[in-house]
Amino acid sequence: MAGNDALLVVQDIVVRFSGIVALDGVTFEVEAGKIVGLIGPNGAGKTTLFNCLSCLYRPVNGAITFAGRSLLGLPRYRIAEMGICRTFQNLALFSTMSVLENVMLGVHSRTRTGFLSQALRLPQARREESFIHDQAMQAISFLSLEHLAGHPAAGLPYGTLKRIEIARALAGAPKLLLLDEPAGGLNHEEVTELVGLLREIRDRLKVTVLLVEHHMNLVMQVSDRVVVLDFGRKIAEGPPAQVQRNAEVIRAYLGR
Amino acid sequence: MRLGLLLVAGVGYLLPAALSSYQTFEFTQVFIYAVALLGLNILIGYNGQFSLGHGAFYAIGAYTTAIMTTRWDIPYGWAIIAAGALSLVVGFLFGLPALRFEGLYLALATFALALATPQVLKYFDTWTGGSQGIVLDKPSVPLGLPISADQYLYYLSLTVLVILLLLAHNLLRGRAGRAITAIRDNPIAAEAMGVNAALYKSLTFGVSAMYTGIAGALGALAVAFVAPDTFSAFLSINFLVGSVVGGVASISGAIFGGAFIEFVPTYAQEISRAAPWAIFGLTLIIFMYVMPTGVAGLIRRVAAALARSMASEQPAPDSQTAAAEAAEGNRGSARAVLGKPD
Repeated sequence: MAGNDALLVVQDIVVRFSGIVALDGVTFEVEAGKIVGLIGPNGAGKTTLFNCLSCLYRPVNGAITFAGRSLLGLPRYRIAEMGICRTFQNLALFSTMSVLENVMLGVHSRTRTGFLSQALRLPQARREESFIHDQAMQAISFLSLEHLAGHPAAGLPYGTLKRIEIARALAGAPKLLLLDEPAGGLNHEEVTELVGLLREIRDRLKVTVLLVEHHMNLVMQVSDRVVVLDFGRKIAEGPPAQVQRNAEVIRAYLGR
Repeated sequence: MRLGLLLVAGVGYLLPAALSSYQTFEFTQVFIYAVALLGLNILIGYNGQFSLGHGAFYAIGAYTTAIMTTRWDIPYGWAIIAAGALSLVVGFLFGLPALRFEGLYLALATFALALATPQVLKYFDTWTGGSQGIVLDKPSVPLGLPISADQYLYYLSLTVLVILLLLAHNLLRGRAGRAITAIRDNPIAAEAMGVNAALYKSLTFGVSAMYTGIAGALGALAVAFVAPDTFSAFLSINFLVGSVVGGVASISGAIFGGAFIEFVPTYAQEISRAAPWAIFGLTLIIFMYVMPTGVAGLIRRVAAALARSMASEQPAPDSQTAAAEAAEGNRGSARAVLGKPD
């Protein structure tokens, strides 16, 4: 499957934490325009892998290539401008800011003006502010959060906070969206909505999605392909129906 | 904010007519402290970095002005600008290694700066005049205006304050300001959004130092004298007190804080000559108890309550109250910075 369509190529990644091997030679690809699910039992290394993609961790071995460019050694703040935006497993919103301001930060990576032109409110700063506002409002309305734009982010229901994080990531106009357990803590109805939302992100916004998720039903419904990790190794990869029947996957989930 | 700024400017420009010359000097000091506290508020309140050493930047501003105007005969206007620029550079450079320190450790690192300042000033006595200090000339009143030199300094300080308030307001409400606050709220998420946190923190330290440095420049001109012992560690602590009392994550708080550190010690002295600092301390505790988010926080709460009661009289969208309460939450979070996570 080493097609030219691969947006993200993860090759032979190894991560160790003081002797413990968290990822042990993981290799897979994410094709542009697809939803790829990354699953595995607790401690399989899914979030570790995500953190490598966000440059929070640096693998001791292997390569990560995104749109033909290596991600290794890049400072964390450069990842968003490369076209990778993410959400966080345990929510990482800016709690003192409004919903709109949170989402406006998503546009930060696409804009330039600095301290001086902002303080002096120069024309380019004004132009950029209205661009940021427009882009943020688009992302907010994509997630139907318009009525909450002015509301402080703190104190909203969990499901809503998750949506705000997705809006903030989409405001960065990513090529690749990394979602770390978007269904975690959601009720049944919200999970159903999420399925529709993920498909819309892929089909309408043409954004590729890499999804870490425990909610098996969701992953199998929306993913074009599924990658399964267990104890830091890839044990299976393929279309959902195929992965579901894989003997090793069943053993990893049901215990041995 | 614009309304508040107009109010400050309006009242400020009309006030001297009603003031004695000593009161004019006192209010000049309030404006100067407000400029210094504005710098501290940007750093502590909005960016979440601590400083117990801003007296050092005040000293840099003051001595730059004293040396430039007396030794090199440079006009004081240029000296103020140079003081701001030098403080900006020194603050930025100090901000770089300070990135390694978090919270209380940064507070201690900056406190070391405050402790060293008077001695460093004495050591370089060929420049600073050692313990004797430097006597400055008060700026003469330009254009033959019919005001006294003290009144001129009052208007000069007020004008600088109004300009710097406006710049801070612009900076903090735009792209850069959101990034500054985002770093305080959640640095990892801020970096994931593309904020270069290291650069932003150093720049914020620089801007903060610049404000305090400009305040130092005005302070040197207003007192017409600089000496090492006026820039002791106590000055830095006083700034922190003013910043917190006024409302650390607010722009207007700087003015209230400036008034507090200028007037409260004087009144404490009038109440008890024997133990003025005990009175000062008691006042401080009462302030903290009654206004845990500073004077600015209290005003915001009252305004939000008023907006609510108006809204209940005539049905109006709730967004304004929500926004006011969001802002209130913003002030509250500054307490987390001070080690009391809420």
